[in-house]
Amino acid sequence: MPGEAAREVRFHVTRYNPERDAAPYVQTFTVPVREGMTVLDGLHYIKENLDASLVWRYSCRMGVCGSCGMLLNGRPMLACNTQILHIAGTDLTVGPLPNFDIIRDLVPDLVPMFQKHLSLNPFIVREDDEELNDPAGEFYQSPQQLEEYLQFTYCIKCGLCMAGCPTLATDARFLGPMPLTSAQRYNSDTRDGGRGLRREQAGSPHGAFRCHYAGECSHVCPKGVDPAKAIQHLKRSLVLDYLHLARKRQPCEKMHGPGQGQPLANIAAPPARTV
Amino acid sequence: MAEIKRHDNRLGLWGWLGGGRWGLERYAYILHRVTGLGILLYFLIHIFVTNLRFRGIYLWVEGSFFDKPIFKVGEYLVFVAFAYHALNGIRLVLVELGVAVGKPIEPVYPYKTSLTVQRPLLIVMMLLAAIVVAAGGYEFLGLTR
Ligand code: SF4
Ligand code: FES
Repeated sequence: MPGEAAREVRFHVTRYNPERDAAPYVQTFTVPVREGMTVLDGLHYIKENLDASLVWRYSCRMGVCGSCGMLLNGRPMLACNTQILHIAGTDLTVGPLPNFDIIRDLVPDLVPMFQKHLSLNPFIVREDDEELNDPAGEFYQSPQQLEEYLQFTYCIKCGLCMAGCPTLATDARFLGPMPLTSAQRYNSDTRDGGRGLRREQAGSPHGAFRCHYAGECSHVCPKGVDPAKAIQHLKRSLVLDYLHLARKRQPCEKMHGPGQGQPLANIAAPPARTV
Repeated sequence: MAEIKRHDNRLGLWGWLGGGRWGLERYAYILHRVTGLGILLYFLIHIFVTNLRFRGIYLWVEGSFFDKPIFKVGEYLVFVAFAYHALNGIRLVLVELGVAVGKPIEPVYPYKTSLTVQRPLLIVMMLLAAIVVAAGGYEFLGLTR
């Protein structure tokens, strides 16, 4: 609030310059904090007034791009989405996301996460290439079918879940919550026919069954994606596939021609909203 | 392009144990791993010790090495670990089959997660484990004799 006195908070920030430092160390900065200031604002204050060499990653400032994940007072959080006074009194530790290599200061190397993500074919897989490349109609999905995967689409690939996951802490090859959630998101999309393609990787020794439901991913996810839930549903489908008990499903058809945007007669009414 | 030097920031075992201020399920996870490793260790020692009988060494008979109260307590701890690991394991099997985690929902703040949906199952399993542990304690203390 304008005119309101600022409170001093000590920021204990992890620093690491690969060209100079053998190991990361902690540097302390005192930041005047006002109500409503985010951790990202605090870092900007440090960069503008105290040490211009501090490095971190951010872009949107509004919890959308997923760039500013950090370890704040020991918890993986988004710096732009977290108000300093909500989590700190006089001291705040700011570190890079664990379970990722540090490139510099607060910048984690997210590339391994994206490689794992890519290995699970995180896109709609269909055989009708011609139709895909030159669309002649639209897919129809009922609200129920949409709700099967909608929650998992809100993922912003920030990596907080990967940083909180205790399994990833000891098994670097574990695919991790974000990629596995993405696999489940596409598997449960009625337009998709790629479940078989993802099965081998998702069911591999470092795949879904490495998760033992510590639930940390769902605790720290800033978008309510609930990766722990997605992974359990993924495991269920892998078990059903293994036992040949899964219901066979063909990717849904496209609708052609005018007037077909109307709801189809044989589609059930939408369910009551879940929230 | 020159390779950029990076610092490995993997948490290792601290990632399991350094879980202060986390959710209940994380503690259940740590305990599940620790009890699993404990039971495995006991199993290896058990195989080794019983194997010694081939050489005519009986470490567990009255008056020999293992006939001490401390090992009795140790045995009870193995039983406690087993009771926890088995009952928590049943919860995990159910959860991993998609039971008790709920369906996907629309995420609206404040977010609800599957953890709260399965929490009653966790509580029931822990109560059952407590009953088994208490019944086992009764037996180990020799109260049934
Ligand atoms: S699941 Fe949540 S925590 Fe994980 S990457 Fe996506 S938005 Fe971030
Ligand atoms: S800056 Fe985009 S999520 Fe924080």
